[in-house]
Amino acid sequence: MIGVLDRALRRIGHLVVDGVWKLGAATRFTGYVLARSADSVRRPQLTLNEIYFTGTLSLIIIIVSGTFVGLVLGLQGYETLKRYGSSEALGTLVALALVRELGPVVSALLFASRAGSAITAKIGIMKATEQLSAMEMMAVDPFARVLSPTFWGGVISMPLLAAIFSAMGVFGGYLIGVVIIGVDSGAFWSQMQANVDLREDILNGVIKSAVFGVAVTLIALFEGYDAPPTAEGVSYAVTRTVVTSALAVLALDFVLTSFMFTGV
Amino acid sequence: MKRTTVDLWVGVFVTAGVVALFTLALKVGNATTVTASHGYTVYGEFDNIGGLKVRAPVKSAGVVVGRVEGVVLDQQKYVAKVTMRLDNRYKFPKDSTAAILTSGLLGEQYVGLEAGGDTANLAPGDRIKLTQSAVVLEKIIGQFLYGKAAEGNTAK
Repeated sequence: MIGVLDRALRRIGHLVVDGVWKLGAATRFTGYVLARSADSVRRPQLTLNEIYFTGTLSLIIIIVSGTFVGLVLGLQGYETLKRYGSSEALGTLVALALVRELGPVVSALLFASRAGSAITAKIGIMKATEQLSAMEMMAVDPFARVLSPTFWGGVISMPLLAAIFSAMGVFGGYLIGVVIIGVDSGAFWSQMQANVDLREDILNGVIKSAVFGVAVTLIALFEGYDAPPTAEGVSYAVTRTVVTSALAVLALDFVLTSFMFTGV
Repeated sequence: MKRTTVDLWVGVFVTAGVVALFTLALKVGNATTVTASHGYTVYGEFDNIGGLKVRAPVKSAGVVVGRVEGVVLDQQKYVAKVTMRLDNRYKFPKDSTAAILTSGLLGEQYVGLEAGGDTANLAPGDRIKLTQSAVVLEKIIGQFLYGKAAEGNTAK
């Protein structure tokens, strides 16, 4: 009995200490990435390649999912608003839901699974096959040459992807609401424009997506850099990236929302 | 500087992102100044427009015949001046009435045009003289309560 309890306590304690340890290492890692980012500016080609890798290659999934989310919002929103005889508010509903929440959050989740996992796998395998050590041997700083450009690539891509997602979603909502169901087109746009504020809603959405971009890219980089240099270690690291970034995005979303939209 | 294919694709991606941002700002947000191009404008003065928005529909017999183009407060008379752009296809007699109505109980507000009997039609820039303001629910409830109270006094 005592033995079981003892082991359970040891286990919990180990997990907690390990978690704090990892958090500290991640913070130091963030510092390194930021400190060596001068090269990402001086050699824009490095960053550009990473924008291609994380941003351009995620375009298709973002456009397709954005449109479908908009279509679903249009259908569901219309079904509910119809009961109150205010189906003209469909535009407002679709635009606010997308710009404030769904655009940044869903595209961050997609970004984590599409680009975050790829970043972790790349860095993890570079470490496992000792490419990072080889760079150090040649006096090339892997932070400046690989990690920092990847970080900035992700941070630049994420707000753009979220904006594309929201725009496609509004287009999807328009397609269902106006073209197929037949909500008045002028009311759709005028109510949307009257109720969506440029600073309050759209700018806050962009800030959200930028924060998510920083969080997801950092988690992906750190998990890859921290992965045990084995095939199994890299596979676990990729899984952890997706899970941790999803949790981080949702938790950060709550924090940011409570700051931004206080209900005033 | 040598150009690579990656540059092109990054360019495509960044352009798409910036276009999406501008679409959100201009089309979805309220930083827009888009106006309808065809049609003619008339205006009406209302004591109270309630929640009438720019670009709200102008309807006659339930058919959309135009859009509200601008709402400003007349500083001399302290009434709301509502400019409406009507479709060229539709002509209305000079003595038509404009009323601000609500579609449904919680729906959006629109301008309802009711044709009069004049032989001359509204010309561009004309004023619709007969207008009916938006119904303000609080006023109606107030009137109803006063009426009830007055009824109670006379009955005594």
